[in-house]
Amino acid sequence: MSGSLSPTEFRVPPVDAVALEARTADLATRSIKKDAKVQGLKLAIAMMDLTTLEGMDSPGKVRQLCQKAVAPLPARTDIPSCAAVCVYPDLVKIAAQAVAGSGVRVASVATGFPSGRTDRRTKLREVELAVRAGASEIDMVIDRGAFLSGRYGAVYDEVCAVKEACGDAHLKVILETGELKTYDNVRRASRIAILGGADFIKTSTGKVSPASTRPVALLMLETVRDHYLETGKMVGVKAAGGIRSAKDALRYLVLVAETCGDAWLSPEWFRFGASSLLNDVLMQLEKQRTGRYQRGTDFSTD
Amino acid sequence: MSVSVRKTYKLYVGGKFPRSESGRVFQPAGNEAVNVARGSRKDLRDAIGAARKGLATWSGSAAYLRGQILYRIAEMLASRRDGMVQELRLGGLTPAAAQKELDNAIALTIWYAGLCDKALSLLGSQNAVQGPFFNFSTIEPTGVIGVIAPDKPALVGTLALLLPLLVGGNSVVALVSSHAPFAGLALGEVLAASDVPAGAVNLLSGHRDELAKEFAKHRDIDGLLVSGPPDAELTEAAADNVKRVRFCNLSSAAWSKVERLRSLSWVEPFVETKTLWHPVAP
Repeated sequence: MSGSLSPTEFRVPPVDAVALEARTADLATRSIKKDAKVQGLKLAIAMMDLTTLEGMDSPGKVRQLCQKAVAPLPARTDIPSCAAVCVYPDLVKIAAQAVAGSGVRVASVATGFPSGRTDRRTKLREVELAVRAGASEIDMVIDRGAFLSGRYGAVYDEVCAVKEACGDAHLKVILETGELKTYDNVRRASRIAILGGADFIKTSTGKVSPASTRPVALLMLETVRDHYLETGKMVGVKAAGGIRSAKDALRYLVLVAETCGDAWLSPEWFRFGASSLLNDVLMQLEKQRTGRYQRGTDFSTD
Repeated sequence: MSVSVRKTYKLYVGGKFPRSESGRVFQPAGNEAVNVARGSRKDLRDAIGAARKGLATWSGSAAYLRGQILYRIAEMLASRRDGMVQELRLGGLTPAAAQKELDNAIALTIWYAGLCDKALSLLGSQNAVQGPFFNFSTIEPTGVIGVIAPDKPALVGTLALLLPLLVGGNSVVALVSSHAPFAGLALGEVLAASDVPAGAVNLLSGHRDELAKEFAKHRDIDGLLVSGPPDAELTEAAADNVKRVRFCNLSSAAWSKVERLRSLSWVEPFVETKTLWHPVAP
């Protein structure tokens, strides 16, 4: 079955790369200070999917990460919890136990993350098992092999199938924009994922460089906005990988607000996938509170 | 025909020569036609970030290599003699005084280069203990050290504070002379050509009144070496993260005596002693 949707549905207008990058650079110059900065940084924490996706992950490491997601800075109750923790499927059960009752959700990568090079049945089974183990969000990767060889219908069908396998769990579709090479491809992949039923479209796995870049995020936000204007249906965006500084996070929030509007400025519609970003945000918040630049070793590493 | 090139004096941070992020410049007294980058609090923050990275590289390199690199600093100072003398004269020195200060700077650098691979033996020890154990004390760098260099001498003042810290394996963020920042900043060009790893030494110029307290407040600085008389305000601000603070109050006569400036006692305040126990093999 190659495409239960007409191939014309996947056509997208070409991207003006120069204008896209110029607008991104322009929006990056906005200065956000004092109260607005504190609000923005707290929002960034509330939008964060605290992530560990390493071969050496252990149950202990995941429990520690969960604790950090629930109470990023235990002494300061005004700092919100993260939105979710993001782990490999075999650690979902441990994460679910660790965050139980806290409001922090468990996201699991699936479908042969990060390359996506397994067959359809294995992918669907992996999704089912992750959901059964307690994942309320699934981060799938698209089949870049199929996409780059022009088999858009196959990519669309796979997103549809995974969406069905997710049941009530939210589906985030990872485009891995670093492998898509062109902005036009990013826009087309975004459209395919949205049509396939994605609740979120996500930039990257974090395993390929470049990971999330601001022009790509802006482009995905524009695609989401266009879809909303066309159909009235909201889709979320997750920027993942390579976002390490608080300043960078604020720049992403500016892109969200300027492109999609305030409605998207919530963990329900925008997420950061990150691990080291959290500490930099915490350090900036403490800097705002105490007036002193902080030292990294005063903050827990996981 | 020679073309005169007007130089803008820039900071030296992370191995690069940026202007101040604030865009500000100042004109040191007597040199109203020369623009020098006026470093800000955020330049200091960036420099400390660079120094934190540079610390790993510098303290991780072998003492012998550190000695070689320090020796190369002396080589570079010597091969740029005319240029450095020019910078010193811009700071108000007579030709003879500038030559003398550069000689002192080179002598000082050579001495500390030689000390690099000996400091461990001189400051460490094997200790007598009760029981069948070897007991060693060894030294480790304190970390990222902030330096507030004296206004005079512009070059030797910066080097005399900087070199012992480098011998100890520390990385440094230094505020050079406010009155005559030229030679201090030109030192950055020498360091960049000497294989000093990026970030191991960072040089800022600006107003001491504005920046000294920011050095003291920043929690990611591990120690502070300040020229001039003890300053209770700085000490108090530095207490927040228990920074080690030393004041170095020398007369101008003392600053011009190289013998006075080269001593193991300049290295000692900014190293930490670690003691190890090891069982004696039967």
